[in-house]
Parts: sequence; structure tokens; C-alpha cells
Amino acid sequence: MILSGAEIVVQSLKDEGVEFVFGYPGGAALHIYDAFYKQQDVQHILVRHEQGATHAADGYARATGKPGVVLVTSGPGVTNAVTGIATAHMDSIPMVILTAQVPTALIGDDAFQEVDTVGITRPCVKHNFLVSRVEDLALVIKKAFFIASTGRPGPVVVDIPKDVSAHSIEYEYPTSVQMRSYAPVSKGHPKQISRAADLLLGADQPIIYSGGGIIQGGAADELTQLVRELGFPCTNTLMGLGGFPYKDPLFLGMLGMHGTYEANMAMYDCDVMLAVGARFDDRVTGDLTKFSPNSTIIHVDVDPSSIGKNVSVEVPIVGEAAPVLREMLSVVKARKADGVVPDIGQWWDRIEEWRAFKSFEYDRESAKIKPQFVIETLHRITNGNAFVTSDVGQHQMWAAQHYGFSTSRRWINSGGLGTMGFGLPAAMGVQLAHPNEQVACITGEASIMMCIQELSTCKQYDLPVKVINLNNRYMGMVRQWQEFFYDGRYSHSYMDALPDFVALAESFGHVGIRIENPGDVKGALEEAFAQKNRLVFMDFITDQSENVYPMISAGGGHNEMHLKPSEADDALLERELA
Amino acid sequence: MLVENEAGALSRIAGLFSARGYNIESLTVAPTEDESLSRMTIVTQGSDAIIEQITKQLNKLIDVVRLIDLTEGRHIERELMLIKVIAEREEREEVKRLADIFRGRIIDVTNSTYTIELTGPGGKLDAFIEALQGAEVVEAVRSGVSGISRGDRALR
Repeated sequence: MILSGAEIVVQSLKDEGVEFVFGYPGGAALHIYDAFYKQQDVQHILVRHEQGATHAADGYARATGKPGVVLVTSGPGVTNAVTGIATAHMDSIPMVILTAQVPTALIGDDAFQEVDTVGITRPCVKHNFLVSRVEDLALVIKKAFFIASTGRPGPVVVDIPKDVSAHSIEYEYPTSVQMRSYAPVSKGHPKQISRAADLLLGADQPIIYSGGGIIQGGAADELTQLVRELGFPCTNTLMGLGGFPYKDPLFLGMLGMHGTYEANMAMYDCDVMLAVGARFDDRVTGDLTKFSPNSTIIHVDVDPSSIGKNVSVEVPIVGEAAPVLREMLSVVKARKADGVVPDIGQWWDRIEEWRAFKSFEYDRESAKIKPQFVIETLHRITNGNAFVTSDVGQHQMWAAQHYGFSTSRRWINSGGLGTMGFGLPAAMGVQLAHPNEQVACITGEASIMMCIQELSTCKQYDLPVKVINLNNRYMGMVRQWQEFFYDGRYSHSYMDALPDFVALAESFGHVGIRIENPGDVKGALEEAFAQKNRLVFMDFITDQSENVYPMISAGGGHNEMHLKPSEADDALLERELA
Repeated sequence: MLVENEAGALSRIAGLFSARGYNIESLTVAPTEDESLSRMTIVTQGSDAIIEQITKQLNKLIDVVRLIDLTEGRHIERELMLIKVIAEREEREEVKRLADIFRGRIIDVTNSTYTIELTGPGGKLDAFIEALQGAEVVEAVRSGVSGISRGDRALR
């Protein structure tokens, strides 16, 4: 079959089983867009800003595990997409971004709508390609999908000059690809796994710390089985929520800067730590010199460069989470059958004492709407089964704290880069992936404004996302830091001219609801979710003074948390007596 | 390291060093007998932990095919220097003598200058410059270090 470069792009996507491409046309991409027009197999979703395209593809990838696909034009199309590409890179999300480029003869001449795509995206992609000959195009696309979705996943950019998309050639899509310089390791080293199992079974104060790698690696079942077989406490990072069922008594809640009291104290005091699919990020560790001073660390990760990067590790295990945990489980079972049984009753007693603080509690008697209450009500109404996307800030932390997740791939947020504007376009991608599921976007009035134009995309494709706007008329997290560390000098953390969000939503053709009383919260959410075919924008006017607790501030260790005001004195006392 | 001979491979590696704050003391790269592969030698400095991270981050790059740390075993280092020195009257004899002692070759001559080509480990080149002491160096260009392991091990 003789095909043009543009047709090869479309046909390759079809051969890769791609359902949706999120994109926005432009001059350099016109041949490719023409090829899309002539077929029905791969559906193109037209966004309103290239950042929306990248976040939508990202949300799709997080919700399905399949690579998200983006198509943007050259120059400003690419630069608009960089934020979304960096977002996916920081959270290791599989994505293939096809960028059109000016014709090869014009590259380097400061042509119209030209940027050095490969140069600009180099630091924020897993890999990128510039296709200079149409002969290379099909293989490059195959390699791009392979690199994006194997090992530690990540975004891959394929830059396609306009003339390359015009030239024709005999098309053949490779059935497989092998790269001499890239061969990710899947199974862990059996000796290391054995060593790890022995260390764990011999521990007095063990903890299991798991993160996004469990989600991306599809290892939630293996993790759950291992944790239960050992009977050990388990904590998740922000990115790992849903990897272990929140209701399980072995679950300590999220750890880190805004994690539970018990999770952070246990991380601090543990003697053996099993880290799986997590990378000891600074939001989790706090000050590294004060991090978990007495623990022996076992670190399981598919990326060798992640191991030993921030903390020194006793037992490194390079491999994918699922096979490694499965192997570890069988070793543990064998040892237990031989009579080696963990005895950590005293550790659990201490953990129960910490749990009794109820560090996420808030004032339930307030006459103002508490954002935590909205999240809890959302959880009840959706039976804890919704897909929840989020923007960035206080609302994101409350969503992570109060919406209990039992399954992988339901909690969709930008953890690594913390990109405001992520929530709504990501929700679009999730809703397209799961048309019959409830999708909630939890956001704040500052974040939602960053990609508000995507309300138009939602209308075009009838995406019945439910937007939960926790409107506290402040950039909440910035305000909180300014309150704690800048003596309440609220520099530019308040917007003077907010829109009437209900009118705004209605102008885009959606349903808008404003909620100002705690008594109306439940009814509003029920009414919203009853509307299966409409996007409902709920503007909750929440208490402005609410802060996210607990909080470990910069320079703090896990045992130096700020706790909610009424508990502060008690906690201080406890630390003194300990 | 052996690196895919693709456009941008050098940029990618240099970019990695600068993005992560690692230092490049010297860098040299050229094609190998296999047209599709280039061989690059980088000299860097750091603690064991830093070197371990650099090694892992480089291995992570899709363009890097194979990598070894030459300092882990016995190896040979060579660097090329072309150095132009003022050599007038009395100094002329001295400069020529020094060049002979260091087994360098004078490759260009004018009334007032000698240009000398010298190869050897970095230390020898440093020593030559120091030995020149009194003579005025007009210009010196060094190539960066190339290395190869001793014995029958090979980077392939």
C-alpha cells in the first residue's frame, strides 16, 4: 500500500489500537488533518487549547493504562503543549505526542511557526524523535509507542516536518521492535527478593510505602495480597492512592506533607521500610536529614536511577512492581510455612494511639460550607466509585484526604509537577475512556480558570463531567503558606474579579448551580449526578479560613507536623513525653 | 560510552549534565567503525554517590547503548595538545629541548614561534605547560581525554 506520510500517521495509530487523538490543527499539520478527515477508525477530539489536549490525553492514559495520544501543530502549538508534556513526564504517564513541524528545508531558518521542538521538549520527555525521511516514519511511531509504554512510562514526542507528511512510500507497520539501547528489566533478582522477605519478617516496626508505580504497573492486587499476608501497616503517596483499599484496617492513610499523623509517625519510627513504586519525593520525605533515621530500606522500582537517588537503600530491587511483589509473596508464604511469623503487636498498639488523633478531622458544626464536607458527601453519593480528577492546591489535598479510594486508576491528579488547569481537561479524557462512569472534577476557582475554555470541548462531545468548584475566593494553598510563613502577607493570592461561575457554565451550554449553605450540599450533589447527560458546574462557596492539616513545613521532619489547632497542644505534649 | 549516531544525541547528553548540575571537565566524541555508533568519552568529578547517579541517568537515555566507567579498572588515557609558544633568541633552544624531552613534535615554525604537538595523559600535558615556565604561551588547545581499558576487555 503506497501511503503519504500523513496517511502513515493515521494508519500507524490505527494499527496501534488508538481510539482517541486529542489535538488542534494548524498550518504544518494540515496534511495530517486531511488524512484524519478521510477515515472513521481513529477519533479526533478537538480541544480549545493545546494544553487541554495534553491533559486530556494524560487523563485518558491514567484512567486506562493505554498511552494517550496528542496531535498539535508547530511553533505555538508545541509550546502550548509543553506544560502538559512536563506534567506527564513528572508522573511517568505513557503518552505519544505527534507534533507537526515546518518543512525540512526551512528548519533552522526561523520560519513561520517554527520552534526547535526536539530542543525545547528534550528535558521533559522520556525521548523524542525528529523524522527527517518518510521511510523512517512508521518505525519511529512504533518505537515511540514502545518507549512510552514500557519500563518507567513517559511522554515521547515525534516531530514530523510538513514535507515528510506529504511524501509517499510503501507502508508497512513493523510487528515488533527491538532497541539495542533500551531493554527495561521486568523481574527482580531472586536473591534480593529473598533478602527483602527475610528483613521484613524479622522486623519489629515495619512499614510498606507504595506510590504511583503500583498504579502505573497494575500491581494493586499483588500489593494488597502481600500486605495482608504480612499483616503490616501500609501507606500510600498522593500518586499511589487507590493502590491499597482505603477501608482496610492495615491502611494508615496517605503520608507526606499533608498525610495522616499515624502514617508520618510510623514512617519516622519504622525499622524496616519496603518502598514499592515510589520515589522518596521531597513532599513525602520532608527534610532528608531527619527522614526515617533508624530504618533499613528495601526499594523496588522499575527505574534503577530512582533507587539510591535521595536516600541510601539497603536492598535495591530493579523490576516491575507486579512480578516482584508476586515473587516476594511466595517467598513470604514459604517462610511462614516454615514457622517464621512476624510479631508486631506492640507496633500496632502505638499506631492505634497515633490514629486516635484523627488528624484529618475538621469542624463539623460550622455554618459555613467546609470543603472537606463536600468531598465526604461526594464520596457517599458516588459510593466511593467515581473517577476523581483534581486541580492543584488545598482542594487537591482535601480530595486526597477525604475521598477514600479502593481501586487503581480512579484518582487522577498532577502530583509531580502540580499543574493548575489539569483537572477539567483530564476529566474529559477520563470520561471519553469510560463513557458510562461517574467522573468528578474537584477544583478551585483559581485552577479552573486556567483551562476554562475546555468547557466548550465538553459541550461539543457531550461529556457529562461534574465540576465541583471549591470556591474560597483565594488561591488557598498559597494563602495558607502566606499565613504560616509570611506573617499573613497575602501577596496576590486573591483575585478581585471572579466571574459568576453559574452564568459562565450556562453560557457554555452546561448546567450551573451555586451552593452557599452546608444544608444544600447533599441535595446539590445528588441533583448533579442524576443528570447523566449534562455537565454540571457546582460552585460551592466555602469557608475561606480553612487550612490543610496536618502539614510538615519545609525543614521539618515527619515527627514535626503542624496539627489542627485544637490538637496542637496535645501533640506537643505527646512528643515531649515520648 | 557508545552512543547512537543520531542528530541530537550529543545535546541530550550535555543537557543531562547541565540540567542535573553535574560537571563536565572534558568531552570528546567521534564516529566508530560502526557508522551507526559514536564513541564519547566524558571526564567528570564527584562523590561515589554522584558518579553512581550520573551512570544511572546516562544509562537511562535511549541514545546511550553501552557505558563503562574506565576508572573502575586499569586503563589508558590520552589527550592531544597543540600549543603555540613564543620562541625567540635564547628561548628557542630551550623550547626545542623541552619538546624533545616530552617527545612532542614541532609542527609549525616562524621566526618567533614554535607550534608543538604533544600527546599523553593529562598529567604529562600539564607538566609540559609548567615546564615551559619562562616561555610565553600564545595559544593552547586541548582535545579532551580519550580512554581505553587495558587488557582484552572492550566497550562494544
